[in-house]
Amino acid sequence: MQKNRLPIWFFIGLIMALYGLIIFAAGVYAYYVPPAVELALANVHAAIWWGLLMLFVGIVYIIKFRPRPEHDISEDK
Amino acid sequence: MNFSLFPLFAQIAPTSTHLVNLSWVDLLVVGIYFVFVLGIGFYLKSFTKSGTDFFMAGRGMTAWIAGVAFISANLGSLELLGWAGSSYQYGILCVHWYWIGAVPAMLFLALVMMPFYYICKTHSVPGYLRLRYGRGAQSVAAVSFGIMTVLMSGINMYAMALVMNVVLGWNIHFSIWASSLAVAAYVILGGLLSAMFNEVLQFVLIWFGALLIPILGLSEAGGWHGMVARIHEKFPAQNYTHVWSTLGSPADNPMGISWIGIVFGLGCVIATGYWTTDFLVVQRVLTAKDLRSAQMAPIIGAAFKMFVPLIVILPGLLGLALLPETLVGENVAKVTGGHSYNEVLPLMLAHYCGPGLLGLGITALIAGFMSGMAGNLTAFATVWTYDIYNPLRKKPMSDVENVRMGRWCTFIGVLISIGTAYFVMQFASIMDYVQALFSLFIAPLFGTVILGMLFARITSAGGFWGLLAGIGSSISLWLWVKIDPSALRFVALSSDAKTMAEDMYRALWSFLIGVIVTVVVSLLTKPRTREELAGLVRGCTEIPAIHYPLLQRPVFWAAIVGVACVILNVIFW
Repeated sequence: MQKNRLPIWFFIGLIMALYGLIIFAAGVYAYYVPPAVELALANVHAAIWWGLLMLFVGIVYIIKFRPRPEHDISEDK
Repeated sequence: MNFSLFPLFAQIAPTSTHLVNLSWVDLLVVGIYFVFVLGIGFYLKSFTKSGTDFFMAGRGMTAWIAGVAFISANLGSLELLGWAGSSYQYGILCVHWYWIGAVPAMLFLALVMMPFYYICKTHSVPGYLRLRYGRGAQSVAAVSFGIMTVLMSGINMYAMALVMNVVLGWNIHFSIWASSLAVAAYVILGGLLSAMFNEVLQFVLIWFGALLIPILGLSEAGGWHGMVARIHEKFPAQNYTHVWSTLGSPADNPMGISWIGIVFGLGCVIATGYWTTDFLVVQRVLTAKDLRSAQMAPIIGAAFKMFVPLIVILPGLLGLALLPETLVGENVAKVTGGHSYNEVLPLMLAHYCGPGLLGLGITALIAGFMSGMAGNLTAFATVWTYDIYNPLRKKPMSDVENVRMGRWCTFIGVLISIGTAYFVMQFASIMDYVQALFSLFIAPLFGTVILGMLFARITSAGGFWGLLAGIGSSISLWLWVKIDPSALRFVALSSDAKTMAEDMYRALWSFLIGVIVTVVVSLLTKPRTREELAGLVRGCTEIPAIHYPLLQRPVFWAAIVGVACVILNVIFW
């Protein structure tokens, strides 16, 4: 039963990648169309690089912990 | 630690205005989070068949999962918002709850106590008390813990709904029902396994949602030294930026406490008691797959906990340095219409985060709330099933019946929590009392557990009467100050003491009274034989001697974390 259970790190990779993509896209949009409310340090465009970081971490986790039927995917890995 | 936060949300009134507006991108981020946690619950249902699966996550967790879940169950939204607010109010002194409180306590749990919890294969802390002292001590601990857990769950739920109302303008009823039913669904489906999986997910989201504030804040303030200079410039009369140097006298620091209260009250009793005997957190570690993992889990938790001040204490200090307005207490904010200390984290979020990032920050707060509530529910279901209901039956329940009972318990626990939330909504000041009551049980319970674990001479009668005397004295001291506020100078050794300082000293006295009664009664009664105490007490238990390489030994990593913690204390002295 334990043998085929996906590790939690795979789910974390999925949500991180999805969030990274959304936040990155929102950051790019805000770069061209700045929001009405002025933010502190808006010039550093945090959403763009934070989104990219989350996307990168998410993809690494998805690849590292992806389902591999030929292996026993345990939480240890 | 929720027990120290009870004054914070007691007097927030529902409001028609709010701090931030979420865009559709932010709502999408929050919505995806709910889909994921429910999806994980449905996915794990098929892996949750037996009682061990439902209540102990199959006892197959690695040290990393157990360690992250261990601190995530505690890293609730009240912790995030409350400590950020307290840091704005009291300064960097709040870091003591991490560096002298949580971290040493977790290392103590790993190296000293965990072998006994793990070897005796107990399902719970009250279960350990039954093995060590008998049914009397188990019943006192289980009933008090069970009642307080669901009440706390409801109060936290109400506080979170109130925060969502104040920050986002969300309807309180919608917040209570939507978030609590989501937690109920995934805990009922997958039990502790599902709760722990989601806690790990929530932990990661909390960090990514909150870490941006200190990064951007320090950048704006000109680094640590720039931030300190700004705080001194804005608040020249107070010292907000030193951890130890102002603790010589209660009058020298914003908290009104001396080093004695911090070291002995907080470090030696309250924090150690909470992290080693509160079943809500200990349950996560008991799911580890072997003894080494069970010892490594709190050490991993301690390593992460050491850096949690980055996302809770530092934002409070940055608020002091950077926010244009001066935040005030709840009472003053209610009269003047200004912002209170407790709003510092949402204010900092709104200060830096645009669409997308704001949704991530709000998701972090919701994740914190849900992980805390799931912790309460799983602990309640286990204690009710194994320590309250089963002992009352003549015939023990079967495994299938245990799981069914656990699922019903979770459902009923949620309903009671929702009922409590509506109850405190009518009588908001009750939050003060119930949350304070919860803290009253921690210190005496710790005295009973640690004495029983370390000394074979402690008897069943000693444990039972010591626990009762400790709880009784703790409640009496609390009532004494409530009835006669001038008693504070006796209980907390200073009339300058604030609520947190009073907590520290009350815990210290009740612990000492419990310990003295336990020892005296034990000396007058007959102890159990060493054979009967095998697996339960140091000196009567053979700890499995498995020789790992140095880099895999718990004691090695505990030393690393301990030294790092000492260095942090010295740097910020």
